[in-house]
Amino acid sequence: MTASSPDLLARQPAPRPAYRRRRGGVTAPALRYAVLIVGAAIMVLPFLYMVSTSFKSQTYVLTLPPQFIPHPATTANYSQAWTDNDLGRYLFNSIIVAVISTGLSLLLSSMMAYAFARFAFPLREVLFKVLLLGLMIPAMMLIIPQFVLVKDLGLFDSLGGLVLFYVGSSLSLNTFLLRGFFQAIPGELEQAMQVDGAGAFVRYWRLILPLAKPALATATIFTFLGSWDEYVWAVTIINTPTKRTLPVAIALFHGQNSTLWGLVFAASIIAIVPVVVVFLLFQRYFVQGLTAGAVKG
Amino acid sequence: MTAVVQSTAEPQAPPAAGGARSGRRKLSRRTRSSLTAYAFLAPGFALFLLLIIYPMIKAFQMSFYDWNVIAGAASEFTGWKNYQAAYHDPVFWRGLQNSAFYMALTVPPQIVLGLFVATLLNNRAPARALFRVLFYLPVVTSWVVVSLLFQYLFADSGLVNWMLHDVSHVTSHNISWLSGRWTGMIAVSALGVWKGIGWSMMIFLAALQGVPKELLESAEVDGAGRWARFRAVTLPAIWPAAAFVTVMLVIGGLNVYISVALMTNGGPADSTQVLLTYMYQQAFTNLNFGYGAAIAALLTIGVFILSAIQLRAFKVDQEDLA
Repeated sequence: MTASSPDLLARQPAPRPAYRRRRGGVTAPALRYAVLIVGAAIMVLPFLYMVSTSFKSQTYVLTLPPQFIPHPATTANYSQAWTDNDLGRYLFNSIIVAVISTGLSLLLSSMMAYAFARFAFPLREVLFKVLLLGLMIPAMMLIIPQFVLVKDLGLFDSLGGLVLFYVGSSLSLNTFLLRGFFQAIPGELEQAMQVDGAGAFVRYWRLILPLAKPALATATIFTFLGSWDEYVWAVTIINTPTKRTLPVAIALFHGQNSTLWGLVFAASIIAIVPVVVVFLLFQRYFVQGLTAGAVKG
Repeated sequence: MTAVVQSTAEPQAPPAAGGARSGRRKLSRRTRSSLTAYAFLAPGFALFLLLIIYPMIKAFQMSFYDWNVIAGAASEFTGWKNYQAAYHDPVFWRGLQNSAFYMALTVPPQIVLGLFVATLLNNRAPARALFRVLFYLPVVTSWVVVSLLFQYLFADSGLVNWMLHDVSHVTSHNISWLSGRWTGMIAVSALGVWKGIGWSMMIFLAALQGVPKELLESAEVDGAGRWARFRAVTLPAIWPAAAFVTVMLVIGGLNVYISVALMTNGGPADSTQVLLTYMYQQAFTNLNFGYGAAIAALLTIGVFILSAIQLRAFKVDQEDLA
């Protein structure tokens, strides 16, 4: 907790500190940037090294001293991952599962959020608290009974089994997030529609959902990435190789060919590039989703 | 564990048009409104009950059985036997120790460094957005990928050993990180901290927006030093966020799984087992479902107790500060 910014140190009491802050003391900002640059380098260099290794042939992946710029560089890992190792298939599976899970989860949770935000009904608070239990219980704690359940439902070793449980485990957070947003929409708009004879579903579909686009975007991103990255459940219930999703396939690449690091990282990069792109494009929705829980508390 | 303010939504007021109504019609309107709400609620809530709440109850039930995995086969009720087995199982205790060790090694650095980076980025800085993205990059990357990446970095002739031995000569020989208990846990913890700093940074950045600027400035005019200002103004303002971060990180620390599973898989010889890798192996490798469920139940109870203690502790401190 000793953290505080160095540039506060050099400041004198002043009527307009905002100006002084930037002009005064060259060393403090310089030090601040030095610390930030070192920190950022620690965050990013492992990724760059991974990219570098994905272009190395097996001979060079663990040489000493390490190769930072692959020489000779090769794209063989990428073509091998794609052709010999069926990566396209896993990519397809991951996309299908993530898209369907996200769509279903958003539909169901926005409907629940609408009910919680806009209606008074018996047991509302109790039901909402029960739903919040889902936020508290970590996914791994339920994996054993869920495994028994997915077998009973006849969805073992199927993409449907993945979708169903991805939806189930995202309902709490999404409903919580959307309910907060729906409550902030002025009630007069809805009453006006009601006077005009619009039923509840029309109001939900035509008014609430379009107005809640930012919150829906946040929920979409979180649910999509959650399904896209999910590993434990998928590796537990999927046996058939053609039904694997990307994280499972990558982890198994690693297991089968325990030292083919170039191949493992080529596949990893194919898996994380879409995530990084989505993150860069929709950053502000990430922040909203993250802080929804923290700031309200 | 998100602290929820129960802002009770205004119940939908019936439209004022129409003038006076009889009590009976009002009642029927209200019932109809409730039915509509239940209709919106039903599909999602039913799924939630089936996929989350039912397994929650089932997990506790299973922990009292010698559970038979084969569908239709009878399982034997064994009472507390699985819990007694855990009590007498040295690997369970080692798993608990390792989980606690991981927690101790990852939670404080994530809080301190996350807050530190957040304060560095809080003041208007030209490249602020860029730094925020760079620090957050590990958070959005999947656990599978970064676990494999760190296994590669911590390999015997990997980058970490190269830097410690060949470049800086901190170590006299290459350390076989992933084949020892403590070195293995350190490697896994390094990954946990590296991946988590961006998250706590983001929460603290949001919280720092709420620190009253006028108070900071007037404290400065009154001659308060930077540590005093931080303690008296900043810390109370970000306290709820700090509580949230701590509780979430402790839960996350106890739930460490993928990184351990992929980097050491609990080995060698169960030395780096954490609670969840051990639970998973008991259930899905040894098909000892009842025992696995008992470990999960113990962990769940532990998580709830720890969270309750922390929330309480934070509240008390907050009153002290105020």
